[in-house]
Amino acid sequence: MKLTRAVEPWVLEPLERFVLEAGARLTLVMTPSGQVLAQHGFTRAVDVMAAAALGAGIVASTAEIARMMDESTFHALNHQGRRHGIFLGACDTGRGRLLVLVVYAAESSSVGLVQLFFEELAVALAAAAPAPAEQPPVLAADFERDLNESLATLFRP
Amino acid sequence: MSLRFQRLLDVITRVRGVQGAMLVAGEDGLVVAESLMEGVRGNAVAALAASLTKRFGRAAEAGGLGPVSFLHLQATDGALLVVPAPEGMVLVVVADADVNVGLARLEMRRAVEEVA
Repeated sequence: MKLTRAVEPWVLEPLERFVLEAGARLTLVMTPSGQVLAQHGFTRAVDVMAAAALGAGIVASTAEIARMMDESTFHALNHQGRRHGIFLGACDTGRGRLLVLVVYAAESSSVGLVQLFFEELAVALAAAAPAPAEQPPVLAADFERDLNESLATLFRP
Repeated sequence: MSLRFQRLLDVITRVRGVQGAMLVAGEDGLVVAESLMEGVRGNAVAALAASLTKRFGRAAEAGGLGPVSFLHLQATDGALLVVPAPEGMVLVVVADADVNVGLARLEMRRAVEEVA
């Protein structure tokens, strides 16, 4: 089974390169509202949904903390565990602001490596993103349908 | 503490041909202290050198060679030198291709002893 899948094809090549170079175990590329554009390493749709929702929630929470501290925004967050680390970074593209959630193993990667190659991923995504188009607002009625379509694309056999 | 590290790194950069020296957290690949010439991408070198050291350490262990004591990566336009330091850190030096490796290694070992 292919480990890297993209709902929007322009994300695929930069993501595959990032995963290889940074030694990432799991990666999600998503919008700030939690809409997934591409993923690497997840084998179950339910895990993607949970990770996307939690990742978007963390970024939203820290953005609010940043606002309270008169900071513009936090660009990246790293949660360091004993065996694994979780890195959350944001980048701006023609498709809008994107969030990247990365899970890496301390044994085979490091926050330094992930940070380094995330910078390159951000540049590659900005270069590959299609020209900005009018994005329809995310409506609750459409959300579930869009989510199901994305998950079907990401986990199609 | 960081002033002491800085002083140790500055001594190494006085060796002719050394472009910069860094103390890097070995597990994270993040820079702890640095003394670099302009143009050297410190964060990139730190992350990649720490990763290399970890992998070479594993190779040495697999080969029953014991822990790594010195790494010398010679490239066409320069050299990368690494010595493990206390507290899980690594001392990384970026140098010209014709650097006196023996002298640089001596200064690196002295610096590492002082870090301890």
